[in-house]
Amino acid sequence: MSFLEFSRITKTYPGVKALSDVSFGVDKGAVHGLMGENGAGKSTLIKILSGDQHADTGDIRIDGKVQAYASTRDAFDNGVIVIHQELQLVPELTVAENLSLGRFPANAGIIARGRMRDDVGAKLKAAGIDLDISRKVKTLSIGERQMVEIAKAVMLDARVIALDEPTSSLSSRESEILFALIDRLRGEGKVIIYVSHRLDEVFRLCDSLTVLRDGRLAAHHASLEGVTRDQVVAEMVGREISDIWGFRPRKAGDVRLKVESLSGAKMKTPASFEARAGEIVGFFGLIGAGRSELMRLVFGADPRTGGTITVDGKLIHATDPHGAIRAGIVLCSEDRKHDGIIQGRSIEENINISSRRHHTRFGVLNRASEIATAETFIKKLKVRTPSRKQDIVNLSGGNQQKVILGRWLSEQGVRVLIVDEPTRGIDVGAKSEIYELLYQLAGDGMAIVVVSSELPEVMGICDRILVMCGGRVSAELTRGQFAEKAILAAALPDTKTPDAIAS
Amino acid sequence: MTDQLKKILLGEQGLVVIFIVAFALVSALVPNFLTDRNMLGLLQSVVTVGIVACTMMFCLAARDFDLSVGSIVAFAGMVAVMASNYTGSILLGLLAAIACGAFVGFINGVVIAKFRINALITTLATMQIVRGLALISSDGRAVGINSPDFYQLALSKLLGIPTPIWVLAILFAIFGFVLNRTVFGKNTLAIGGNPEASRLAGVNVDRTRIWIFALQGVVCGIAGILLASRITSGQPNAAVGLELSVISACVLGGVSLAGGRATMSGVIVGVLIMGIAENAMNLLNIPAFYQYIVRGVILLLAVLLDNLRSSALGRR
Repeated sequence: MSFLEFSRITKTYPGVKALSDVSFGVDKGAVHGLMGENGAGKSTLIKILSGDQHADTGDIRIDGKVQAYASTRDAFDNGVIVIHQELQLVPELTVAENLSLGRFPANAGIIARGRMRDDVGAKLKAAGIDLDISRKVKTLSIGERQMVEIAKAVMLDARVIALDEPTSSLSSRESEILFALIDRLRGEGKVIIYVSHRLDEVFRLCDSLTVLRDGRLAAHHASLEGVTRDQVVAEMVGREISDIWGFRPRKAGDVRLKVESLSGAKMKTPASFEARAGEIVGFFGLIGAGRSELMRLVFGADPRTGGTITVDGKLIHATDPHGAIRAGIVLCSEDRKHDGIIQGRSIEENINISSRRHHTRFGVLNRASEIATAETFIKKLKVRTPSRKQDIVNLSGGNQQKVILGRWLSEQGVRVLIVDEPTRGIDVGAKSEIYELLYQLAGDGMAIVVVSSELPEVMGICDRILVMCGGRVSAELTRGQFAEKAILAAALPDTKTPDAIAS
Repeated sequence: MTDQLKKILLGEQGLVVIFIVAFALVSALVPNFLTDRNMLGLLQSVVTVGIVACTMMFCLAARDFDLSVGSIVAFAGMVAVMASNYTGSILLGLLAAIACGAFVGFINGVVIAKFRINALITTLATMQIVRGLALISSDGRAVGINSPDFYQLALSKLLGIPTPIWVLAILFAIFGFVLNRTVFGKNTLAIGGNPEASRLAGVNVDRTRIWIFALQGVVCGIAGILLASRITSGQPNAAVGLELSVISACVLGGVSLAGGRATMSGVIVGVLIMGIAENAMNLLNIPAFYQYIVRGVILLLAVLLDNLRSSALGRR
């Protein structure tokens, strides 16, 4: 029997069987990958492990003992720690304070600051985590915050650490540091559950792997030796996907979007670019290169201080999203949770929010037309949901993304579609569905701008790539010129060499 | 059995079920409760709170707050009485009252939406300014109504039911429709759900919020007129503490203070529960001091129930 053992876990939500009869084990000192498409049951399994949810039947054993947690706090105290995609830190407190939260060393209620710093410092040093513990968390980068979360697990002497998509918002460098840390934790005999969509990471990091599909165990690999990537992808989606990009040559038409010398508060150097009808233009760069900032200016999400935007030869005067949408420019933001979904409202409302004016007469809504639109896009985009009335927060990331794409497609007359990190945190199956959709839209004559930090993605789907670095466009390549090294070189500030990251 | 009970109480219509049960209990246990006379009296007593709750619901649904409603009601009542006395035309008086209400609401909205001042602070300020205006306009005294026709607003009946109750019912219907079937209503809920995402989806967030506050002002004007007519004078100290009763009624009715969640049926039930509790306590001769406690307890219980319900829904 393994150290951590899931046996016959079943969990049913109203209308959905989230997990059925899932059993597998993980040994001590192993990093175990957990993969599966959106809605395959990974999150549910992690929630059960963390005590947030309870299995209907089946149990979890650690070291042979059945674990029954009343709450996440209870799981915490039993050495089971889950690090979620959304980090749970207090921004105004320092690293040391965050790590001591809930168990401050104190004398008569007064925090013993020196003792706290020494304790935290010693533990982090022992674990090989290099962090300035006196800094406030709000001043840290996302990568550093992730480190703090992991440090929390180290502080508590966790036995089982589950990481849910830990690299989804990290730069490659930050990911490297994370991987090194995971290696060290493995060496200390911890059990690590690693949930990720990224095959290369899983293959690099994990000793064993479990693949879930539709709530069932699709495959369990006790060792990754001899297992191929294609095999895992097939296990995830239940079919072979030979080429996830599925690129098809397209014909570009006239210039649709023309951006000239655009600048804004966060975009000091004026930037210019254009996108043609039927063309997919990629924007690649490191995090903070100014890609999202530029797109927000084009969409009017932030006010512009200079420059012009032209769509089909017509100057766009509007400086807010409201006006941009009417001019045919739409943007799917990178931060779905903050800028995309309307929490607490149904899928139907999330689709119709922008295009409501098409469904009204004198401001009164035509319900039938709204419902029909919602149903059309749920079907067309293959949103997996029991009903259009489902609250959007209950959907997986990929399905939320589809709903937001549906929101824009229900706007008749979109000419320019800008998608910022369209597949972040989305599994392979949904990814190729989204690419396929982009191709279709380009085929219909839309100009599409894709911002992505994943080089294979921009190289795989775009006709042209613009590379940004330090707030300016540093290179432009057409499909025939695509080369990993050249693109990376243009993306990196002068001080770094491309090889350091390309490998 | 208990599971089923739990399901009913925590379901979408849980509040309505509780209301019906409470109503049946009070009808059976409190003498003279279920009589035509008492029912009309009960409805009359909730007219002011009910009318203002219509738009407070929008305000809360958009994650905003309005503390100035009580002051606007009093001020609008003063304006209605003084303007009709001065001009000799009741119609002009009513229009002036509604215009003043709308103006204060509009100012609230502009300061909150355009200058990005917290709604709580802004309306806390206007609440005091407007109360001050009401007191200054009459030097702190009540102003009597000259024309007897003005009384008729509150006294007249249609089909045996007093006009204010009709006004309340019509406003319930209008705002229920506006919330669910118009772009304005849906945008309000979306803004409460996620203001930034709504803006990026093309919703004109600032304009919607200004409209909400302006409407709130209009509705307070109407409530002020009816109140002045009922108490046969403009009272600068009328409707003190109204904002808290209205917000309580909305919260009782399942409106989320975090925004994004509101139903008209819920708010109606919330208003009626408050009315029934007060009415039943009056019939039972429970001293007013104790009534405060009971009202507070009802509010707390309702919020607890709501909490249970949302965590039950969240488990899906």
